[in-house]
Amino acid sequence: MKIVYLDNNATTQAAPEVMEAMLPYFHDLYGNPSSMHSFGGQVARKLREAREQVATLIGALPDEIIFTSCGTESDNAAIRSALATHPERRHIVTSRVEHPAIKSLCANLAGQGYRVTELPVDKNGLLDMEQLESSLTPDTAVVSLMWANNETGVIFPVEKAAALAHERGIPFHTDAVQSTGKIPINVKKSAIDMLSISGHKLHAPKGIGVLYVRKGTKFSPFLIGGHQEKGRRGGTENTPSIIGLGKACELAARHMETENKAVKRLRDKLETALLDGIPQSRVNGDLFQRLPNTTNISFEFVEGEAILLLMNEYGICASSGSACTSGSLQPSHVLRAMGVPFTMAHGSIRFSLSIYNNEEEIDFVIEKLPPIIERLRGMSPYWTSVAQACVSA
Amino acid sequence: MWEYTEKVREHFLNPRNVGEVENPDGVAEVGSIACGDALKLSFKLDENKRIKEAKFKTFGCASAIASSSALTELIKGMTLEEAMKVSNQDIAAYLGGLPQEKMHCSVMGKEALEKAIENYQGAPAKETGAQIICECFGVTDREIERAVRENNLTTVEEVTNYTKAGGGCGNCHDAIRQIIERVRAEAKPAVRPKLTTIQKIRMIEEALEREIRPSLKHDGGDIELIDVVGNRVLVATRGACAVCKASDITLKHFVEAKLRELVSPDLIIEEVAP
Repeated sequence: MKIVYLDNNATTQAAPEVMEAMLPYFHDLYGNPSSMHSFGGQVARKLREAREQVATLIGALPDEIIFTSCGTESDNAAIRSALATHPERRHIVTSRVEHPAIKSLCANLAGQGYRVTELPVDKNGLLDMEQLESSLTPDTAVVSLMWANNETGVIFPVEKAAALAHERGIPFHTDAVQSTGKIPINVKKSAIDMLSISGHKLHAPKGIGVLYVRKGTKFSPFLIGGHQEKGRRGGTENTPSIIGLGKACELAARHMETENKAVKRLRDKLETALLDGIPQSRVNGDLFQRLPNTTNISFEFVEGEAILLLMNEYGICASSGSACTSGSLQPSHVLRAMGVPFTMAHGSIRFSLSIYNNEEEIDFVIEKLPPIIERLRGMSPYWTSVAQACVSA
Repeated sequence: MWEYTEKVREHFLNPRNVGEVENPDGVAEVGSIACGDALKLSFKLDENKRIKEAKFKTFGCASAIASSSALTELIKGMTLEEAMKVSNQDIAAYLGGLPQEKMHCSVMGKEALEKAIENYQGAPAKETGAQIICECFGVTDREIERAVRENNLTTVEEVTNYTKAGGGCGNCHDAIRQIIERVRAEAKPAVRPKLTTIQKIRMIEEALEREIRPSLKHDGGDIELIDVVGNRVLVATRGACAVCKASDITLKHFVEAKLRELVSPDLIIEEVAP
């Protein structure tokens, strides 16, 4: 069966160019970049190139790039470093809609005596900047806000938020895992101190991440070991993946326009057709402050897991914010923070596209999904009463 | 992704008996949209008071739909008395098992069935005196007690898997733990898990050694376990017992009574030639 992959916020396919760039470094050029011989040294040179490629994509200096194992490690390293370098401060500011890498970490730190402020969002998933401002205190050790939300694609004004923190001498971190490669990022022009990237969200392999740390920002390493990454992250470098990520960043810069025009056009086509073709459906999240590849649509009175499994029968891959898919019995914390009613939250489906999707695939989903929703609504005890209410009205 | 059995998948993709029975004899609705799943069950009886037709409407995940479909298939042709005995394990077993985290789907089926039968019998649909323990999912102490009793649950996590109670804010975890302790304390003599023959033999040997032999030996007698066949416990008497005329009475009134109390109420003692 042909796979129609619309789950790119979960993970992406490694680009063929990325694979090609990586391959020699598994078997032929397997030297350790820290070695004194030129066999290892040639790999070190390649790593420098990758570091430059990553730095270029986000407007950073190569020295400001630390390679890690994943986005979660980058997030942990950033928050723990801010706390370690400001030991007298005991307050963390974040939002209610963060990825678990930040959310669970903050909950864990709250258990250790830190005070955590989780800023609310409005019904469109947007942040109240005044509330952010009033939450900042001299005791605040770090502000961590995601650049773009993984479930809804909603973009936070992190540059403005970073400026507010910076004015008060508070380190600012952003989880940019979803935005990197999809929208332009220029850290040089912002007051962002730390920024997390995950390779597998932008067509590099899994198991490679980046933490950007602005020059001059105090840093305390998370993994202590060898002198790799200038002593900021111990552990032998994952050379093939770093080289792959460098390539992926180079490609992302090149594809940025496609992402924002062609991918956005396909996303909009899918969204419009589904909203038109399926009654009682709506988009979750702000329509404008949003990544070009993501749409999160709720189909009222049906349950997300059931939708996903019926789409799975056609090879269509997507995600849901329903309780049954979260493993926690409650629908997604992002949708709940936005106040999405239960009738909608359980039936939410996230479609996330990439440059590898095409028109034909989108047409296929537009054709297959409406009957799936109709079929599940036909089984739903709630839909009957709604339909009856509509007829009698 | 959940590891569903082929049977779950099949009943989800081709659910049986979807809809509502016309002029039903019994009907019930359980669950809620806030909880993420809900089931409306209706049935009709034939002239012999057997379930002629059963239909469902379900809002929920694949296992909720498959469990509802399985339930309607299971109860067709049953008398209400028989249907009352259908347990959530029967529903799960019909589907070749459900993931632990999805067992609440089978419990929802059982609840709907019971309420629909009560609805037919004109019994009060609302539980009286039940107290809400889990505010997030509106689960009562009665429902938790019952799930613990019928499924031999021992941890809060298991209770959450079977009833959803405790799956939200987590404030009720202590209350759930207390219910588990209370039910398990009560349940020890009343509800016993089905024993395998090996378990039975071990428990019988232990009971003989600790509770029975010392008394017999006091009178110069002894007893030996020869075999266990189903619930028949085959023993041979030794020493004074072997020649005692009252040994039949001792076996029935003392040994069998003790074993029934300590091992299983269905055991029957039989004396065999050594």
